[in-house]
Amino acid sequence: MATKTPDPAPPTWPSEQGGEASVVVISSLPDAAPGPTFKGPGSVGSGQVKPRPVKRRRWRWTPYFLITPAVAILLLALAYPVGWQFVTSFKEFGLSQQFGQPAEFAGLDNYIAIVTNSSTWMVVVRSVVFCLVNAFLTVAVGTGLASLMMALPKAVRLILQVALLLAWAMPVVAVMTVWNWLFDWNHGTINWLAVRLGADSYYHHNWLENPLSFYAVATIIVVWMSVPFVAFSLYAGLTQVSGEVLEAAQIDGANWWQRFWRIVLPIVRPVLMIVLLLQIIWDLRVFTQIRMLQDRGSFASQTDLLGTYIYREGVGANHFGMAAAMSVFVLLITLVAAWPYVRSLMKEEAI
Amino acid sequence: MAAAKERAANRRGGDDSLAGHRPARRRASGRTLGRLAASLLALAVAVIWVFPVYWMVNSAFLPNTKLSASTPTFLPFGGSLTNFKLVLSQGNFMAALRLSLVITLITVAATLLFAFLAALAISRYHFKGRKSFVLAVLFIQMLPAEGLFLAQYSMIRDMGLLNKVLGVSLIYIAAVVPFTVWMLRGFVAGIPADLEEAAMVDGLSRTKAFFRITFPLLAPGLVASGVYAFLQAWNEFTIALVLLQGQSKTLPLWLRGFIQQSSQHEIDWGQVMAASTLVAVPVIVFFMLVQGRMTSGLVAGAVKG
Repeated sequence: MATKTPDPAPPTWPSEQGGEASVVVISSLPDAAPGPTFKGPGSVGSGQVKPRPVKRRRWRWTPYFLITPAVAILLLALAYPVGWQFVTSFKEFGLSQQFGQPAEFAGLDNYIAIVTNSSTWMVVVRSVVFCLVNAFLTVAVGTGLASLMMALPKAVRLILQVALLLAWAMPVVAVMTVWNWLFDWNHGTINWLAVRLGADSYYHHNWLENPLSFYAVATIIVVWMSVPFVAFSLYAGLTQVSGEVLEAAQIDGANWWQRFWRIVLPIVRPVLMIVLLLQIIWDLRVFTQIRMLQDRGSFASQTDLLGTYIYREGVGANHFGMAAAMSVFVLLITLVAAWPYVRSLMKEEAI
Repeated sequence: MAAAKERAANRRGGDDSLAGHRPARRRASGRTLGRLAASLLALAVAVIWVFPVYWMVNSAFLPNTKLSASTPTFLPFGGSLTNFKLVLSQGNFMAALRLSLVITLITVAATLLFAFLAALAISRYHFKGRKSFVLAVLFIQMLPAEGLFLAQYSMIRDMGLLNKVLGVSLIYIAAVVPFTVWMLRGFVAGIPADLEEAAMVDGLSRTKAFFRITFPLLAPGLVASGVYAFLQAWNEFTIALVLLQGQSKTLPLWLRGFIQQSSQHEIDWGQVMAASTLVAVPVIVFFMLVQGRMTSGLVAGAVKG
């Protein structure tokens, strides 16, 4: 199946040449000498050119067959729901729909309600703020650790990397049980440590009662679990910076700041941007962390972010219209933020 | 593990066409004091990051009398396996393990098959719509479950698949396929088609050439993608929470039940931590095996810049 078979237009033989290196491997085949080098078995002999087109016609549809299962499941489980959600976000779901009446179109009502209703609008604002704070904090700490790794002797660097990897590998649900235990008001280690350090008021302190402190705890957890990815990615980026160039710059009189700003940053910037984008996308959708902190008895209405709000309103209370409008909002932000990332991947792979 | 990471970094370094630069090597320039400070800082950071993981395992071995003492016990001396035994004897652990295994295996098998075929198409064939397909795959990979579960819930409910293995697996496969296609594409493209051609010239049939030559070379890629799919399905929480509302629970839901059900009375943290350890350890092992691949896949483009 490996031949550089199918071009959409079978008879134009040389166009294959212009197949512009879709994949490097393919274009490296000796296209220039078409016929004899390799044909399928049994085509040796008579016509030098003739057997090829036959073969090509036979394989023309192969790629479409190959992608069919993937496309089918993506259409079913992703594309259809996206469409449903979009349509539903314009519908009104009230009490009568609970009794089986079909929902009616209500135009932009749901979207207007999100903006005008102070409690839903607060959910949006809180989510965006939480997402940005967490993303920037994660990238800042991750960058710091990556630079730190550069300055470490090998053994210490290994220790740090193993520690980060362990944290990274933890399943999110286990992360949440552990941090719930650490922040437990009764026997939690954090309270014990706080008291030991002299803050006696933290004896039996409930961290999850007050929304602000709830979000602080959530931030610590999210940053703790996201930093390893950022640190490793940036460390990989930093190792691309040439030591010789830095040394040369130093000899030429560039100070630490200039070397960082003029040499290191331009090289690392693409990684930095990608990682920041990914963090923004991932932190907008925090669900498990918030949900499992709420499990310990916080007021959901005061601590909801987009994910948990959609869950409670949509799945819990069957207010599909509102929840769908919120979901559309999440998807739109994601797509906008994902665009530069996807473009950079496409560019890199020269598709 | 970290060595694998190191290797991955070096490999990327080697790929770099900029110049054959090796990773920057710091000259020991007499600034040993600075290095010492950096090392101490790094060790402190390492302790902070590893502590919760350590605390999970440590608490899992300790009896509740020690866990609820006014001073924490930092080493599991005098610990026992009691917590693990209690957790395992609950019965619903086995049910959850079985459900998680079934869903995960279905997801891994279907994902590998679908993604492999699609990866073959985009890396070995040039066809109309190829670019749009790749673009779609890249975008879909970014779609958050948290922005979609409502619609998926409604769809699965209408299909009568709520609380069923098939319903959850369906959503999982669709969620994992895009990134897996992208990951496998790199592996397939890395195997020169010439190799297969050469085997065919030497008289192997197309199918035989593929299975004898290409497939073995592809094995590492399939393993890495399989483990990726495994981790995703095994750890998933949101979709499971939404689609499994009855008695059937996957391991993450089962684990969550520990801190949820006991919100009225005192939580048995020893058991919670033992349960968490049981869930986390296989994941950590698998993760260590493949993480180099996964990171380089996510930011490969950017790192090569």
